[in-house]
Amino acid sequence: MNDMRLTERNMTDHKIKMQARGVDVFYGHDQAIKNVDVDIEDNTVTAFIGPSGCGKSTFLRCLNRMNDTIDVCRVTGDIRLDDEDIYDPQVDPVQLRAKVGMVFQKPNPFPKSIYDNVAYGPKIHGLATNKAELDEIVEKSLRRAAIWDEAKDRLDQPGTGLSGGQQQRLCIARAVATNPEVLLMDEPCSALDPIATAQVEELIDELRERFSVVIVTHSMQQAARVSQKTAFFHLGELVEYGETSQIFTNPQDTRTESYITGRIG
Amino acid sequence: MTDITPNDARKASNNATTEAVKRSLARRNRKQLVLQGFGIGAIVIAFTVLFILVASLVRTGYTAFVQTHVTLDVYIDPAEISEEGLPRGGFRDVLTAAVLDNLPGADPEEDARGVRNILSNGAQFQLRDQIVEDPSLIGQTITLTVPLSDPFDQLNKGGVRRDTPEDQRRVDNQEMAWFDALDEAGIISTPFNIGLFTNADSRFPELAGLKGALVGSFWALLTCFLIAFPIGIGAAIYLEEFAPKNRLSDFIEVNINNLAAVPSVVFGLLALAVFIGWFGLPRSAPFVGGLTLALMTMPTIIIATRAALKAVPPSIREAALGVGASKHQVVFQHVLPLAMPGILTGTIIGLAQALGETAPLLLIGMNAFITSAPTSPFDAATALPTQIFIWADSPERGFTSRTSAAILVLLGFLVMMNGIAIYLRNKFERRW
Repeated sequence: MNDMRLTERNMTDHKIKMQARGVDVFYGHDQAIKNVDVDIEDNTVTAFIGPSGCGKSTFLRCLNRMNDTIDVCRVTGDIRLDDEDIYDPQVDPVQLRAKVGMVFQKPNPFPKSIYDNVAYGPKIHGLATNKAELDEIVEKSLRRAAIWDEAKDRLDQPGTGLSGGQQQRLCIARAVATNPEVLLMDEPCSALDPIATAQVEELIDELRERFSVVIVTHSMQQAARVSQKTAFFHLGELVEYGETSQIFTNPQDTRTESYITGRIG
Repeated sequence: MTDITPNDARKASNNATTEAVKRSLARRNRKQLVLQGFGIGAIVIAFTVLFILVASLVRTGYTAFVQTHVTLDVYIDPAEISEEGLPRGGFRDVLTAAVLDNLPGADPEEDARGVRNILSNGAQFQLRDQIVEDPSLIGQTITLTVPLSDPFDQLNKGGVRRDTPEDQRRVDNQEMAWFDALDEAGIISTPFNIGLFTNADSRFPELAGLKGALVGSFWALLTCFLIAFPIGIGAAIYLEEFAPKNRLSDFIEVNINNLAAVPSVVFGLLALAVFIGWFGLPRSAPFVGGLTLALMTMPTIIIATRAALKAVPPSIREAALGVGASKHQVVFQHVLPLAMPGILTGTIIGLAQALGETAPLLLIGMNAFITSAPTSPFDAATALPTQIFIWADSPERGFTSRTSAAILVLLGFLVMMNGIAIYLRNKFERRW
């Protein structure tokens, strides 16, 4: 019976967008991530789950080299985006982050207007040659983030004046405005109420059509709802990675089973 | 009756808790009251001291904001003043004659010397300037308002008491009678003392003003700002945002904090040795004063800027990095604008501190006696605090009140600058 469902889900066979092999992360002398291998597929939502401190956020931040900003953090191993090593000395993290966008746990719009929030990325990367193009990008991004209708009449008002859920969707609009290939989301709904959470989850499912989405979440229900692939992290190790349906219904590892049934975590 | 149900046990323990809380509550409330009392007491003491300070300054200083003048009809006698002989003109005699006209009892020959001293020494120059400007006045009678000399000014304002025995009084009975005669003639007036702000320093208190000190302080502060602000912000941005965190940066940080605590007189000695002795910059110049004050202000600005940069939430940096901003874009487009109010507040407070700083300026010679306002930052000048220092050292009664008045002016500027700092902080305060 389980096998039946597995094959059902397996039908969507996408190409691999990001590939991590033997990734170790150290904070000073402490090892936060131990030898992680993951393949992230295109047009797929991949969820990272696991108890607090298991390293799922740390690993997520390796994928766009946000860990570079932490002095004591050291990453070894091989992470590739479209077969290009992102930790190659010739790769500029700035360039990488234009291709791998990020949405953070706490909504963090710039204290600027809604328009400027979304236009900032395209502006610094030179994606628009004139105002009309920029306007178009802003509108498209806000529409993709499902906040256009709420924001269109107040584009010149500060983004910080929006509600929490709206702010988070604005941050998603800001992240998709540079037209990234991968979108990283670090517990994007943890500061939101259930209604806003539902809106953002719906949005994530839509975003899958254009991007490869990686989401870190504490909520197993959320992982089950939005993701096709799930990776379970425990104490810095990737314990199990596979089809979401399989992880939640037929986990291979006892630790995964204990976590999803609520016995550890 | 003896069996105790679990419910009763819970009730009993609840009651015990309530009782315990009640007992400790009174003690805790008492402690809070005592603490509150101390706080209020401290504030009351602070305000009382401040009030006494300001009140005593106002009491001694307010008389310097008005100045006794006499209005005279002066006949410009061609016999005394001719167009060709202007530089040697008898301006003083002409004025004396005009005063004597109002004193029927005085003998023009015998009392001329005494009567002459009623007017300020500056009166003759005022008349001269007017005639140099318009020589056609010679031969005419003009109405002129000139300041009285310090003893008579004090007599009018009550600084010289009439009930003091004559031999201990700066104004003798005869002079007092003359003054009263002029007063009865209705030509004595006590208008606002514009000279306090438009005159430079003088030997004569009735002529001494703050213009030289104000202009000197302005040039010094401008120099200080132009040097300390960019360098301070640059250093702070580098240290906070770009410098690797290692022993060297720790060492630099400790030293900057120490620099902020170095006594200002040390900076004065350093400036004397380096700027004047070594670089050969002019003595007493506001530019050198500004350089010295910049040395002192820089640590303050660096510390304030670093604190302001630190206060920008990391989420904003992450957001900017996340969309692919480079390090310098994060700093200059996001962090620095958000930190600007804090930086400006720190800078203004640093400048306010510099405005009141005296010791380093004494060492580079800004306490010289200079009777004209500087026209450039390289001219010799005084500054507000050093002017106060000079006047406080002068024995005349007129300088006592002028010292207090100058302190009030200085305090006024300090309050204004701090007010601007508070305004900026409130205006740009952001919530995340």
